[in-house]
Amino acid sequence: MSNLPIQDWLLSDEPTSRRQAKLSRLFKGWVAFQTNVLAMIGLGILLLLIFVAVFAPLLAPHDPFVQNLGNRLQPIGSDQHIFGTDSLGRDILSRLIFGARITLYIVVLVAIIAPVVGLLVGTVSGYIGGVVDMILMRITDVFLAFPRLVLALAFVAVLGAGIENAVIAISLTAWPPYARIARAETLTIRSSDYICAIRLQGAGPLRIITKHIWPLCISSLIIRVTLDMAGIILVAAGLGFLGLGAQPPSPEWGAMISEGRRFILDSWWVATIPGLAIFAVSLAFNLLGDGLRDVLDPKSGRS
Amino acid sequence: MLCIDNLWVKFPTSQGLFEAVRGISFSLSHERLGIVGESGSGKSLTGRAILRLIRHPAIVKANYITFHEQNVLDLKEKEMRKIRGRRISMVMQDPKFSLNPVMTIGSQIIEAYRQHNQASYKVAFRNALEMLEAVLIHDPERVMRCYPHEVSGGMGQRIMIAMMLIPNPEVLIADEPTSALDVSVQRQVMKILDNLVTERGMGLILISHDLNLVSEFCDRILIMYAGRIVEVCDAAKLRQASHPYTQGLLNSLPRLSERVPRLTVLQRDINWTEAASVRG
Amino acid sequence: MEGQQLAFLKILSKAITTFISIAITMLGLLLVTFVIGRVMPIDPVLAIVGERASQATYDAVYNELGLDKPILVQFSYYIWDVLHGDFGDSLLNARPVSEDIARVFPATLELATLGILLGVILGTPLGVISAVRQGSWIDQVARFIALVGYSMPIFWLGLMGLLIFYGILGWVGGPGRLDIFFEDIIPVRTGMILVDSIIAQNGVVFRNALSHIILPASLLGYYSMAYITRMTRSFMLEQLSSEYILTARIKGLSERQVIWGHAFKNIRVQLITVIALSYASLLEGSVLTEIIFSWPGIGSYVTTALLSADMNAVLGGTVVIGLIFVCLNILSDLLYGIFDPRSK
Repeated sequence: MSNLPIQDWLLSDEPTSRRQAKLSRLFKGWVAFQTNVLAMIGLGILLLLIFVAVFAPLLAPHDPFVQNLGNRLQPIGSDQHIFGTDSLGRDILSRLIFGARITLYIVVLVAIIAPVVGLLVGTVSGYIGGVVDMILMRITDVFLAFPRLVLALAFVAVLGAGIENAVIAISLTAWPPYARIARAETLTIRSSDYICAIRLQGAGPLRIITKHIWPLCISSLIIRVTLDMAGIILVAAGLGFLGLGAQPPSPEWGAMISEGRRFILDSWWVATIPGLAIFAVSLAFNLLGDGLRDVLDPKSGRS
Repeated sequence: MLCIDNLWVKFPTSQGLFEAVRGISFSLSHERLGIVGESGSGKSLTGRAILRLIRHPAIVKANYITFHEQNVLDLKEKEMRKIRGRRISMVMQDPKFSLNPVMTIGSQIIEAYRQHNQASYKVAFRNALEMLEAVLIHDPERVMRCYPHEVSGGMGQRIMIAMMLIPNPEVLIADEPTSALDVSVQRQVMKILDNLVTERGMGLILISHDLNLVSEFCDRILIMYAGRIVEVCDAAKLRQASHPYTQGLLNSLPRLSERVPRLTVLQRDINWTEAASVRG
Repeated sequence: MEGQQLAFLKILSKAITTFISIAITMLGLLLVTFVIGRVMPIDPVLAIVGERASQATYDAVYNELGLDKPILVQFSYYIWDVLHGDFGDSLLNARPVSEDIARVFPATLELATLGILLGVILGTPLGVISAVRQGSWIDQVARFIALVGYSMPIFWLGLMGLLIFYGILGWVGGPGRLDIFFEDIIPVRTGMILVDSIIAQNGVVFRNALSHIILPASLLGYYSMAYITRMTRSFMLEQLSSEYILTARIKGLSERQVIWGHAFKNIRVQLITVIALSYASLLEGSVLTEIIFSWPGIGSYVTTALLSADMNAVLGGTVVIGLIFVCLNILSDLLYGIFDPRSK
């Protein structure tokens, strides 16, 4: 098997520039990742989710909001409606496709907000130490002391039901573990010799935190975020199911299950199909997270 | 008593089979046999292979490993368990890791005794006390109640020796028994071990990287290099060893008797790896 | 002896710091619920007096609730009340929230306890076996179970269970704790129907209650089993590769003695922590499970209260669940100290 020049360049043992070293590491990680079949399946499902979400209007056979009471609760596999219709005669497949947008929206927003808050709290706490550290860590502990869903419920109660508020509530409950991780990393990095060297060169705390500590915290945070995404999807779906997330008629998957619940014994598919969609996406994140952990963090091993 | 013929130990790795022990043969009678070699030379694996303690996925092969004319490779696992501890036993490197941290020392020694002797708890307890006294522990009653983390390294290793000798085995394999200990107690522990072994007329296989130690406490020495035995010699005649590797090892040790301006660095020869294994 | 005195002082100071840190955590917990209560867009006075009350009545209730006082004083009132088990009155049925919680809590306790029992009984051996036979089919099955458990929405799995085992197969009782004609037959002692029916020696009610609880309990049990199996497996793998295991084998012990007598003894402490955490997370899982199975526990209580904007009930329920969470954490810490000789 002959390698392309670009592969040789990427696999070189003696990189000639920082960029080559960086790209080479990424490429080697990717090669290792590719051999993990389950992780690739996870990645595939997520790419499909993104594709479906982006091209939803083109892919959906029907308008997800148009009701047709004469056509309600059509069974699975009927003409024009592969996955049947719900209690208001809306096409389930189309709702599923548009629901992918909502799922992606929630996941992306939480994945941006929570780790950033956690990173800020954790690094500041770990770097400054002392009283600040104590106070911040106490606050973190308090948030960890609540079960996630219950706290999210309480927050939604304050903020009011709705998809943006659900995102905020989930983020508020999701940041503490990231703060813990970031703090632990900061504590080890802070006392290392090269940070001393940088400090001797005259770098201030802001520069040290943003340029030298954050980049090193990122990889462990990414793994954790990916593994947490599954849980976040489940909490979001749970809020939707309880009627506290996305409001009708929005085709949020959890809310769709809640709708179908009333007809579960007669028209089982109405609740079953969106549940399978949630399961597939959250499984995908779990598989991807496991795979990423193996590549990025070999020392933790398979658990 | 113990004969090993053409022993191989291989590990599957991503780059194919790695051969850690490559066809060694030796025998042991009622004597003290030293196996010397650097780390990675396969000496520890040899000890474990005799007890059939090398687990999947590693592969152990030999023409035979006989113990009293019986090939242990043919034994069923259940029969093998009657040999382990009872007839061939083994002391490992670091008592910090080789004693169970959540069981008292007493219960671990008593377990070793009762595994092979039909005895009441009381009898076993008394035997354990005697055994601890035999390894020069002065307040055995207190030590029996201790947990491993509550005793020092030197005492831990004496406890380990007591535990492994209490079923009264015929062969003891000591795998680097003193290298994890403070220099000050190494000799003391080795003396205790040596006395017990000679008193009971047991066979000893002492695995070590320490030439001085082995030449002091053994009758015969096998020198291992890269999974093979490169030389066999009497401990007393170690200085006259002929193989360049042994010579190199000897020369890289500091000596009090001679003034050496600079210790020699061991020069390796690729041919040593390929040369046939010497029978020991 | 001086050494003993020193050891005693050490334990004492450790106990005091632990106590302080618990107290601070609890205080913080109350602060969170207090703040949530204050920023609620619902006017608590209006909720009590109603729309048409006069300004005078409004002011009287306003003062009675202590809303005219500085915020810190209000917070201290709040703590005082909570310490006395007073979470205020439910805005919905005007009864004290604490009474409501005491009434619904046994249902949750019964469900969660049965769930954790199933999880521990199945999860622990499965975890141990899959560690011992790493890579075997049973290990793959365990891994699959865990993966599915982590990825499936619990309320959906509950619905599917209801559909299959109740709707199609008819093997189990449906939603609720009892069939309607069995209700109020046996006297309430503990509030847990299984226990109460045993006390009343009523086999029929017991069987009926069991047929109702078995599905939701299995559901919760499945989730805790997934977690316990995974953790047990990784703990055992760590122990099995350690050197004292080799020592045990050298002694001539059988595999069973090595695994259960030596390795398992070393993971007991970690396992207790995992079980405590898992028990606490069942409280969370029970919120959605209770809704699906119309189970009148604290989870459905809080959710119903939430949907009808009954703030006192929501906060009361949240505080109780939070406190149980903290207590279980403390309990597992304490057990750690008792069972691990190294921590003394």
